[in-house]
Amino acid sequence: MSRHVVAPTSDVPPGSRKLFTVKGRPIAVFNLGGDYFGMLNRCPHQGGSLCEGIVTGLLLSSGPGEYHYTRKGEILRCPWHGWEFDIRTGQSYCDPERIRAKSYQVDTAPGATVVAGPYVAETVPVRVEEDYIVVEV
Amino acid sequence: MNVQLKSQRTAPAKRRLGIADCDIHPVPRRGEKDLHPWLAGQWRERLHLFGARRRLGMAAGPAYPKGQPNASRRDAYPPEGGRQGSSLSFMQKQHLDANGVVLGILNPLFSGEGFTDPELSAAMCHAVNEWQRAEWTGKDGRLKASVVVPYENAPAAAAEIRHWAGHQDFVQVLLLSRTAEPLGNRRYWPIYEAAAEARLPVSMHAFGYGGAPITSTGWPSYYVEEMTGHAQSCQAGLCSMLIEGIFERFPELRVIMVEAGFAWAPALAWRLDKAWKTLRAETPHLKQLPSEYMRRHVWWTTQPMEEPEPREHLLDTIGWMGWDRLLFATDYPHWDFDDPAHALPLRVSEEERDAFFLGNARAVYGVAE
Repeated sequence: MSRHVVAPTSDVPPGSRKLFTVKGRPIAVFNLGGDYFGMLNRCPHQGGSLCEGIVTGLLLSSGPGEYHYTRKGEILRCPWHGWEFDIRTGQSYCDPERIRAKSYQVDTAPGATVVAGPYVAETVPVRVEEDYIVVEV
Repeated sequence: MNVQLKSQRTAPAKRRLGIADCDIHPVPRRGEKDLHPWLAGQWRERLHLFGARRRLGMAAGPAYPKGQPNASRRDAYPPEGGRQGSSLSFMQKQHLDANGVVLGILNPLFSGEGFTDPELSAAMCHAVNEWQRAEWTGKDGRLKASVVVPYENAPAAAAEIRHWAGHQDFVQVLLLSRTAEPLGNRRYWPIYEAAAEARLPVSMHAFGYGGAPITSTGWPSYYVEEMTGHAQSCQAGLCSMLIEGIFERFPELRVIMVEAGFAWAPALAWRLDKAWKTLRAETPHLKQLPSEYMRRHVWWTTQPMEEPEPREHLLDTIGWMGWDRLLFATDYPHWDFDDPAHALPLRVSEEERDAFFLGNARAVYGVAE
């Protein structure tokens, strides 16, 4: 495992997502209200590009006719077949016990720390006064 | 399902050899305006004044989008704008080139099929056929067109088929499954006669505008029931074709079931055979068991493939149907797209895989390398 600096935090503001390639792997990074989460950009079903899915909420039901819309902005829906995944964990909702999108640990680090290392930052120029997104692969 | 991904690793090598995609949906970027070069003024005016009316119960127009915008992949919008499926160059880049498609069958769902106005239906269908030739097959030799026909106006449909007969860009006749009567009904026989004469297979694509509910017992509440119901509507159409005797009348006729699944085929055939053995005297025009007509005259596109657990159950189903009967299809750009890299996660022989992805399509559509 190594820690990769992929972009300044300002590149992925809250509510947005961006695709990065880390160690040859396409990884979609999501910002949920300041917390960052990473997901392999391949749906475990048939390989759809998850980064192009919509971010939505989770509709739950305690029985027919009763509905609760929850977790607004925390659920990703695949752009192909619409399978739903928890952005925080990668867990699916069609078959949560067995199917999950591969998730990656994503953190932020201040520029001063990043400069000191040990980080891999081949293509991202680092300035001490900025914060950076760090993906662990 | 991700639990079976390991066995899919054999697929990419095969994909480089080229595949057929037997269900691609092109749409005109600007809707009917793109058809104007082939639509005489009187038809444009009729469309403008009276609209394209279909036999749709409880709806003012085609009931889309469903599930995804335009029922299509969210990652398939062309960069230059327009609906998914409206750009040849983007289709080439995202799908034909990327997935190694060497033979692609166009099934335009935007056409005059199913209009209540029989003359307007014929004029629109003809314009859509011209548009396919000019804008798609004429620009990319991998693509082949379907003759769309005003199927509720069978004599005009037969004339349209005869117009394109022998044209190398047109490789099948396209019907939809939800018609005014079940598709084996005699009102549609002129279509089968013309298709058999032209040596074109007739495809029955799920969907359509017959006006009857998709189930046999009324309108379902949810889209997921409709998605499942496509199999029911295609079963009804296929039963009708098998029982009415069209394969006795037109022994050269070939039928392709498109986008209705296929795992139900053996069970339907067994039920038909059981009933027919008892009731034979009612339909003595049939000389064989219904299942025998099915196996001899019917082909099946694969998408949306059933995904049983364990996947190996599919082998039993295909074993009954025959590996020479399946035609790989993606349904591009629709949202229920099947990716060729993931579509056949089973250990099968190279010969079976080649037939499934390309050989069967070349044979049934008569398109050589």
